[in-house]
Amino acid sequence: MYSKGFKPLAIATVVAIAASFALVFFYAPLDADQGFVQKIFYVHVPMAIVALCGFVAGGIMAIKHLRTGDRSWDMRSYVAIHLSIILGTGVLITGAIWAKASWGHWWLWDEPVLVSFLIVFLLYCVYYPLRFSIEDPDRQARYSSVFAIAAGAFVPINFAAVRLAEAVTHPRVLSQTGGNLPGEMRLTFLVSIVAMTLLFVTLWKLELTAKNASMQLKSLRRRLELRADESAPAAPVRTTA
Amino acid sequence: MIRTASAILRKDLRIELRTKETVPAMTLFTVTVYVLFHFGLDRDSLDGELASGVLWVTLLLAAVIGVTRLFATEREQGGIDSLLLAPVDRTALFVAKAAALFLYLLLLEVVAVPVFGLLLLGPDLFDALPELALILLLADVGLAAVGALVSALAAETRARELIVPLLLLPLVVPLLIGAASATEPLLREGGQSEDLGRYLALLGGYDLVFVLIALGVFDYLLDD
Repeated sequence: MYSKGFKPLAIATVVAIAASFALVFFYAPLDADQGFVQKIFYVHVPMAIVALCGFVAGGIMAIKHLRTGDRSWDMRSYVAIHLSIILGTGVLITGAIWAKASWGHWWLWDEPVLVSFLIVFLLYCVYYPLRFSIEDPDRQARYSSVFAIAAGAFVPINFAAVRLAEAVTHPRVLSQTGGNLPGEMRLTFLVSIVAMTLLFVTLWKLELTAKNASMQLKSLRRRLELRADESAPAAPVRTTA
Repeated sequence: MIRTASAILRKDLRIELRTKETVPAMTLFTVTVYVLFHFGLDRDSLDGELASGVLWVTLLLAAVIGVTRLFATEREQGGIDSLLLAPVDRTALFVAKAAALFLYLLLLEVVAVPVFGLLLLGPDLFDALPELALILLLADVGLAAVGALVSALAAETRARELIVPLLLLPLVVPLLIGAASATEPLLREGGQSEDLGRYLALLGGYDLVFVLIALGVFDYLLDD
């Protein structure tokens, strides 16, 4: 069901990641004042962008679930948010390393993107306790979808609010990371984003396929058990009927 | 729908009036937190950003109590089933619950803000009052909408008391940013706010977005 076109996708992902690493290490120039450590930018920023898009995509899939009542959309939304949280952990770790290397501190509160990301990450961490403390599967899917929609809408509001709070004291150029990159860095950055996106989609499909397969296996097992029960003491039941 | 909502709201207010459970607890909690802040910060009087931060963080923490209690009577006595059996719009339930929370917050602030002025605030509270009232009103609308949504989300989980603060507090960070930044210059000696309009716009935008989202998705909660 989910495995269609998986092989070409996986191959494309491997090629894109290999290409992006090759570009990062052999093609992109060293940053003038940050040196080698600036290369973490090609992992950190694509990861952050893909994670945030994954959160919002999870919200959109949740809308689809509530609209159609099809629970497979909830599963898609869940896996998207799950992967985004994993990427988000990576973003916070690589961000801290980069901040330590280039600014001298592990964490800076006056960096609005950093702070907004932390708040969004903290909010999405509640997805797990919320989802897994509801037992009824149908209700679990619906409540998780409601959370995914509210939290997905929260992402842009939160970024705007944090930036607004900072803008008073620290007027800064917004396009610090993307706008004025030299050509070679920009190409490397774009390839890295494509690679990260492909990686996300591949993992998403893989996880969905695995979840789907294990669910099918479970229902087959159940049917098998039912049939075994039926065939053994079937005779007395039939006669009474 | 308005009639249903006001019937549910009247029921909630009557229960609150008779049991006196939520609002007194929230008020007591805020005063206790002021005392905690007094000793924690080791300061007799606060002003500026410290004052506005203490005031807003305390109010938000008190709001957690209100949100946790919001569906409490329905859950504990099974009243939710009869509410859901009634052939009324779920939206009416949301509007009633959000309105109840809004009123609780207003009542809380009528007591908690003057007490803050007496106990902790250095500059005179009186000059800041008109602007502060506007900020409080706008923040309460957003808090009521988000709070009612979070309360309904957590109502069916096994660990409600855990989910509510974890879910509510990150969601209200933009509200805290807007409200605390708008309040901060008001609580300074002779301070005048220059960016008040911008922060009020942030609060208003937050209110609008979350009221709309909550109205849109509330139908899917408590729906079986």
